[in-house]
Amino acid sequence: MPSTQPPSPSWRSGITDVGAGGGAAVVVDVVVVGAGIVGAAVARALAVGGARVVVVERGQAAGGTSGSGEGNLLVSDKGPGAELAMAQRAHELWPALARELTEELRAGLPGGFPDLELEPKGGLVVATTAAGANALRTFAATQRPAGVRAVELDADGTRALEPALTPEVACAVHYPDDAQVQPVAATEALLASARQHGASVLTGAEVTAPLLAGGRLAGVRTTRGDVAAGAVVVAAGPWSGEVSARLGAALAVLPRRGVILVTTRQPHLVHRKVYDADYVGAVSSGDADLQTSTVVESTAAGTILIGSSRERVGFDASLRVDVLRRLALGALTLFPALAGVPVMRSYGGFRPYVPDHLPVVGEDPRLPGLWHATGHEGAGIGLAPATGELLADLLLGRTPSLDAAAFSPARAGLLDGQAASAGAA
Amino acid sequence: MPEVASTKDHDDSANDGVVVVGGGPAGLAAATAARRAGARVVLVEAGDDVGGQYWRHLPPQRPARDEGQLHHGWSRFTEMRRSLLADEGCEVLTGASVWAVEARAPHLPGDAPVLRVVLAPIGGADAAQREHRLLRPGALVVATGAHDLTLPFPGWDLPGVVTGGAAQAFAKSERLAVGERVVVAGAGPFLLPVASSLLSTGATVLEVCEAAGPAQLARGWGSHPARLLAGPRVMAAKTAELAGYAAALLRERVPYRTATGVVAARGEGRLEEVVLARLAPDWSPVPGTERVVAADALAVSHGFTPRLEVALAAGCALREDGFVAVDDRGATSVPGVWAAGEVTGIGGADLAQVEGELAGLAAAGAVAHPGTHEASQRLSQQLSQQVSRLLDRRRTLEAFAGRLAAAHAPRAGWLAQVTDDTTVCRCEEVTAGRLRAVAAATASTADTPAGARSLRLTTRAGLGVCQGRICGHAVDAVLGRTSVGRGAGSGVGPVSHQRRPIAVPVRLGELAALPAPDHQTSDHQTADHQTADHQTSDHQTPDLTDSEEPRS
Repeated sequence: MPSTQPPSPSWRSGITDVGAGGGAAVVVDVVVVGAGIVGAAVARALAVGGARVVVVERGQAAGGTSGSGEGNLLVSDKGPGAELAMAQRAHELWPALARELTEELRAGLPGGFPDLELEPKGGLVVATTAAGANALRTFAATQRPAGVRAVELDADGTRALEPALTPEVACAVHYPDDAQVQPVAATEALLASARQHGASVLTGAEVTAPLLAGGRLAGVRTTRGDVAAGAVVVAAGPWSGEVSARLGAALAVLPRRGVILVTTRQPHLVHRKVYDADYVGAVSSGDADLQTSTVVESTAAGTILIGSSRERVGFDASLRVDVLRRLALGALTLFPALAGVPVMRSYGGFRPYVPDHLPVVGEDPRLPGLWHATGHEGAGIGLAPATGELLADLLLGRTPSLDAAAFSPARAGLLDGQAASAGAA
Repeated sequence: MPEVASTKDHDDSANDGVVVVGGGPAGLAAATAARRAGARVVLVEAGDDVGGQYWRHLPPQRPARDEGQLHHGWSRFTEMRRSLLADEGCEVLTGASVWAVEARAPHLPGDAPVLRVVLAPIGGADAAQREHRLLRPGALVVATGAHDLTLPFPGWDLPGVVTGGAAQAFAKSERLAVGERVVVAGAGPFLLPVASSLLSTGATVLEVCEAAGPAQLARGWGSHPARLLAGPRVMAAKTAELAGYAAALLRERVPYRTATGVVAARGEGRLEEVVLARLAPDWSPVPGTERVVAADALAVSHGFTPRLEVALAAGCALREDGFVAVDDRGATSVPGVWAAGEVTGIGGADLAQVEGELAGLAAAGAVAHPGTHEASQRLSQQLSQQVSRLLDRRRTLEAFAGRLAAAHAPRAGWLAQVTDDTTVCRCEEVTAGRLRAVAAATASTADTPAGARSLRLTTRAGLGVCQGRICGHAVDAVLGRTSVGRGAGSGVGPVSHQRRPIAVPVRLGELAALPAPDHQTSDHQTADHQTADHQTSDHQTPDLTDSEEPRS
């Protein structure tokens, strides 16, 4: 291990025999539960920082939420506050991270590691009604003092950016800093890099119970054996609620379903991320009802992605044609020229959210040794590098660049009524 | 058909009766049997006419006198087709594709899921005007069949290389050959009818290459194939059909070589020559046995893989080998849903018809109205005799099919022909080497059987227009995540690439123009209104269907 580490902090695992687990198969400093992009970013940040890390994953890498979104790196949908600060930090990190990953992983793979397709394409938020235009202007005015570049365009400026856009535009605001990344490639790259820094990834391993030692969480029991660790980071996205409950300190993370349509290749029709202004309202809403607010964008492969619905239907993944209908209606409102374009598939996933709609990053006050990294809702891809950095800063005893209190599991209101059961176990 | 009950016997107007998806031998038999049992039937067929691949024929506008000579069971087909088309209790929808399957709303009676169907005018999947229909089956029979399974080799993406099924379809529906000098290769008894149909169009079939060697073939066919002829009559007919194909090959002096396979297809811009080699018992090419044959077409088939979109979307469980799991009457794991034919296992047209009949009868029983108790009791007595006869036939044919599957099942050595520069996914041009390298570099999917998803998304293999229909199995196989070549049966292993919530492409304009659900639920929450509506409009409620032109 590098000698730059802080001297024997609490997470440093010197444990060779765990009382509850007895003869653990694997002993590491940190076990990360979940191989989605947040778990991958956390694992890499910890491994680069010198920690011995193992990632345990019930299914496969990027097999849940990370593999079922668009890959948004957005500032346009965030008002001033802690999440915007995290998004801005993530935007600082992404370009260098993508370069580092590409460099690290280039060797030994003909044709290179799959491209992360990091594209600073910019976003265009469009209101088609007078009321929507007012709301959009007001929102953009609150963002600018917080450092968001938000440029209102006239009709010519809008047409120059998106020639196929409907002429019925009441207001359009350009956000040059919005970007896109291929989320599965990014997750795999972060994991591959973490492995190069000594981490290991155990897939097909479901967490079943905690390993406890002296009132601390000291590892996890999985279907593929025990892993003893000085700290456990639960980064299981919408399944973090269930995993943390199994570990003895439930966190109320809820799934919110989102569905995306994919068209056949249609190059040069849509150039940026184009949103209906309603998107901003839907993301921050707590309503259970189906909401759709249109997001239309092209991928590097030439397909057009149309999102995104948001429903609270538990983990129900069954198809509802009405969701597809409303997504299509929204897309045609923005781009009438897409009417004849074939949709060749749809996919959907579950975004993790907590009632106050802020990511949860930090140690659980109820059970020492239990850390959370979840609650990013639809923004986890973009926020992953900043999340990994923040969690590693806290766990490795470094001074975080973000206001950690805002994301702490101990923040006001988050754990009310959710008592830990582990202490009694 | 004396047993046909009047459509008035069953008041199943709250749904569309028995809906059969697929108009091949299984679907036609299911529809015919369900009508015989008195149920209303809607038959949904994606092609321009019913008949499926087995009874594929010239378009009705250009009938041919010799269809009967070209097709086995032709008179049975024409009789089923004629009576269903003439039957007021049966609606035959051609050019109709099921594009989505939805769970039934809780307040509606019945178990079967709801089907979204798009209808194209004849010959016009790309036509500007397509009608959309919503079907609410009282009982659903999935008879979607199977398509060719082709194992990749270098050059399989060259123009001139086609699947056996495509070569046969072209010959049957257009009377045209895919080339003048054709090699037929792959595995399985299907190679014989492919070669036979090519011969009927005047093509020269240079040779038929069967990958299985004598020892493997003997496992299924037995060392005395002629003994099959002495078996039950139903099997004798099956064997006679194959013998007929074999006789055609003999007449034309077409060599039939076992333990032989294609190792490469070569040519400048299109196929010019085929490289063949002897295969070892594990199907790996024997070095030094390669020979080159000049040809302008190569028809390849290594077996069949079920068309699973509708079954998977309906939630049907699969067997380990990837086919839909059914009981001996065709019931799937989902209440209200039956399956029949090749989607439940490869057994040929005779078995498919028996399975279709069983499933059609069972599905009809499920939609029978309780008010016609006496009539249905009388029917079920008649039917129980039919069913036991059918079950006997089914067992005999299944035993035969099982032996054939073993005789021609791909073996693991075939992967040796997939060199790193072999294109596996044609749509996105992904090579086997790239797939293997990325799999090694990511390493995160190696442990999980369903682990190909991440690799598809990082390499784009299977994400193109075919949506994995052509390459899905090859991708899984190259990554070592499939049972193709890994044991008995023509199983397909993981089928995650077959889960397609949108089963066939639908235009954005069509999606946007679908009726809003409020429209539908208000219609069905009021029982009186619902009945009145259906009495005046047959079984198609006007505001549930939609015919529109996409906006432009």
